[in-house]
Amino acid sequence: MVLLQPIGRAVLALLAATGRVALFTGPAVGHCVSPPIYWRAILRQMVDIGFYSLPVVGLTALFTGMVLALQSYTGFARFNAEGAVANVVVLSMTRELGPVLAGLMVAGRVGAAMAAEIGTMRVTEQIDALTTLSTNPMKYLVAPRIVAATLVMVPLVLVADIVGVMGGWLVSVTKLNFNSSTYLLNTLTFVQTMDVVSGLVKAAVFGFVVSLMGCYHGFNSRGGARGVGTATTNAVVSASILILLLDYVLTAMFFGA
Amino acid sequence: MTAKLSLRDVTKSFGSKTVLAGVTVDVQPGESLVIIGGSGTGKSVTLKCILGLLEADGGSIHCDGREITHARGAERAAFLSRIGMLFQGAALFDSLPVWQNVAFGLIQGRGMAALEAKDVALTKLAAVGLGPEVAALFPSELSGGMQKRVSLARAIATDPEILFFDEPTTGLDPIMADVINSLIRDRVDDLGATAISITHDMASVRKIATKVAMLYQGRIIWCGPVEEIDHSGNAFVDQFIHGRADGPIRMAVRAG
Repeated sequence: MVLLQPIGRAVLALLAATGRVALFTGPAVGHCVSPPIYWRAILRQMVDIGFYSLPVVGLTALFTGMVLALQSYTGFARFNAEGAVANVVVLSMTRELGPVLAGLMVAGRVGAAMAAEIGTMRVTEQIDALTTLSTNPMKYLVAPRIVAATLVMVPLVLVADIVGVMGGWLVSVTKLNFNSSTYLLNTLTFVQTMDVVSGLVKAAVFGFVVSLMGCYHGFNSRGGARGVGTATTNAVVSASILILLLDYVLTAMFFGA
Repeated sequence: MTAKLSLRDVTKSFGSKTVLAGVTVDVQPGESLVIIGGSGTGKSVTLKCILGLLEADGGSIHCDGREITHARGAERAAFLSRIGMLFQGAALFDSLPVWQNVAFGLIQGRGMAALEAKDVALTKLAAVGLGPEVAALFPSELSGGMQKRVSLARAIATDPEILFFDEPTTGLDPIMADVINSLIRDRVDDLGATAISITHDMASVRKIATKVAMLYQGRIIWCGPVEEIDHSGNAFVDQFIHGRADGPIRMAVRAG
């Protein structure tokens, strides 16, 4: 009985947290699609989230593509199947690694920044000030971030896909003695529209999750600098876990038997 | 005469802790009510309940005879469009320059064009003693006193009917505190507004109040004209205004 108590407490806490997130998500999504829509704020967020994440996402994708080519070559060489390297790289990047790694990088860079900024606004009463100035903080602070992150993650992941494939091509051609045009031809003939589209759908979902968690934890932060720090940590951890969880769910939906 | 703001038996608890145990007070049009009381007695909670930032558990809050206790949506927005608020820490938006902070309520709340709103912002900044050179600065570039002035300019930018001041002189040196108190009194007089302030700074009380209410353990224990505060005959009020450690007041430990 004593052993069951902590499990029960944890389950209840998880259910309560899920409920709180759901109660936050409903109005947040509602404000995303109802006027007034702050277009300039959305554009600014798209630049912050998308453009400024390009270096970190690009580098991650590049090295992942390179490692993928090296590792799959080592493995496939044992079965004389080195020709499948291009196929493995493009499939892994477009379906899984592009969206997941970009999502995790954006969670670390953008989700944390959102939680810290909104959290600081909460503890310094700036959010209360917004309310007294006849401005709905959910509409002004949360909705633009969610819309921007959901939209901008799609092109960001497309770039990550291309950079990742080019990373694999670079290693294959310069180090593994592949023929450049054969490698690229293999890549283009093997990849299917669904592979790319499923990855881009995941990108949009991950962008939504990262921004939602950043805004939720920032909006509900309490207790000064320590509270903001906790909110930032929670935003990154919860977004990362949800990305991995939803990746499985979406993969099962798209490609499940 | 219908009170501008009327609180009747307002209660608010957080879990098992009761912060407001039945606050009842009226503010007439043009009056400047200052609520005094020690830390943790519920001053800020009272203000937040009026503004709708917290929802009262019980009792009623009326503005011009219309109940706003649980007002939401358009009804709450209509009330908020009539008020201005100066926050304890100024609560300026640190991502916006000074003029956009002052003009925020005009641009976002009333849909005024940015150029026109900037002109109004410069006028309001001048009214609190700040020149146009400050307009382009960011809040982090200003001293505490200047931030309070900008916050006051933001509070009066929309010419509100009711002004709220939350600890307006906290963290300021005595001279700057007196400057802020004078500005508050003058701007409230200019607008002909009703004002509600919370503070434990007795210099502020004597300068900006026409009526004083003392909050203790979640209730108003004394309320009267500022001229009578030194002869209230209330041991709690006497202890508070003279800042004595000995007396009937036992200070709460947690903020409220």
